[in-house]
Amino acid sequence: MEAIAFYLFAFLTIVMFTYTVMSNQALYALSSMAAGMIMISAFFFMLNADFLGVVQIIVYTGAVMALYAFGMMFFDTTREVKENNSPKIVVLTLSALAAVLVVAIVSMPLMAEHITAAFPEPAGVVNPKAVGIVLFTKYLVPFEVAAVMLLVAMIAGIVLAGKKMDRSLTQMKDEEIAMMKQQDAERKVTL
Amino acid sequence: MMEIGLTHYLVLATILFAIGLVGVMRRKNLLMLFMASEILLNAVNVAFAAIGHYYGDLTGQMFAFFVIAIAASEVAVGLGLLIVWYKRTGTIDLDTMTSMRG
Repeated sequence: MEAIAFYLFAFLTIVMFTYTVMSNQALYALSSMAAGMIMISAFFFMLNADFLGVVQIIVYTGAVMALYAFGMMFFDTTREVKENNSPKIVVLTLSALAAVLVVAIVSMPLMAEHITAAFPEPAGVVNPKAVGIVLFTKYLVPFEVAAVMLLVAMIAGIVLAGKKMDRSLTQMKDEEIAMMKQQDAERKVTL
Repeated sequence: MMEIGLTHYLVLATILFAIGLVGVMRRKNLLMLFMASEILLNAVNVAFAAIGHYYGDLTGQMFAFFVIAIAASEVAVGLGLLIVWYKRTGTIDLDTMTSMRG
């Protein structure tokens, strides 16, 4: 049963992410990536990491995908995007080398059999509770630092994207917008 | 049917990581480049969770949480910078970002 689920979701994830990487339409790439993120959360549920799976769905397909959707609307990427495919042999060689390297890195510690759990899962509690116990004892400081980092990122996003938000484009007349565009163009010329 | 072990998950994570690497090297549009980097982070998350599960350790899941937090802030700051760049130049093509050549 587990094997069937694993191979099914592995196949679906790989197909979705390959389409994300290869598609020339930004909308298709975005949609297939959102689907792939949900498929990834299935692996977390299979690995008894229930809380991580829920966070994956909420944060990735909820928040990050919404950000990308806004970005896509802003940048007018609905037209076809041209990509550079010229050095195909270089790309293929580098990908193969990197994949082999990752396999080597990952399999190296598995050859050593003496690995023991630093923070064993607390017995007799469900996964979200165990995560809470470990997160708020052993990893309290990194947790707080991550919270501060998210706050900094939020402020940085507002400051960077919120330029010129004092002027409301929906309430301006057409002539005013044309004048503003002209002023911007003149400023660009003088720069 | 064969038992699903740690190796299965690690091989899957490696395949996903390779897909993300191909995307990073292939993309010229910066928005699509960001998407490829998200695939890289997700591949690593799967590996973390799998190793944590098979060794009975919660550290893997903890690291996956922090990776998700970092990914979220990376997208917020990155998209903000991208919007500024788009307002200044009107394009998000990677090849136009050559203002720092010596």
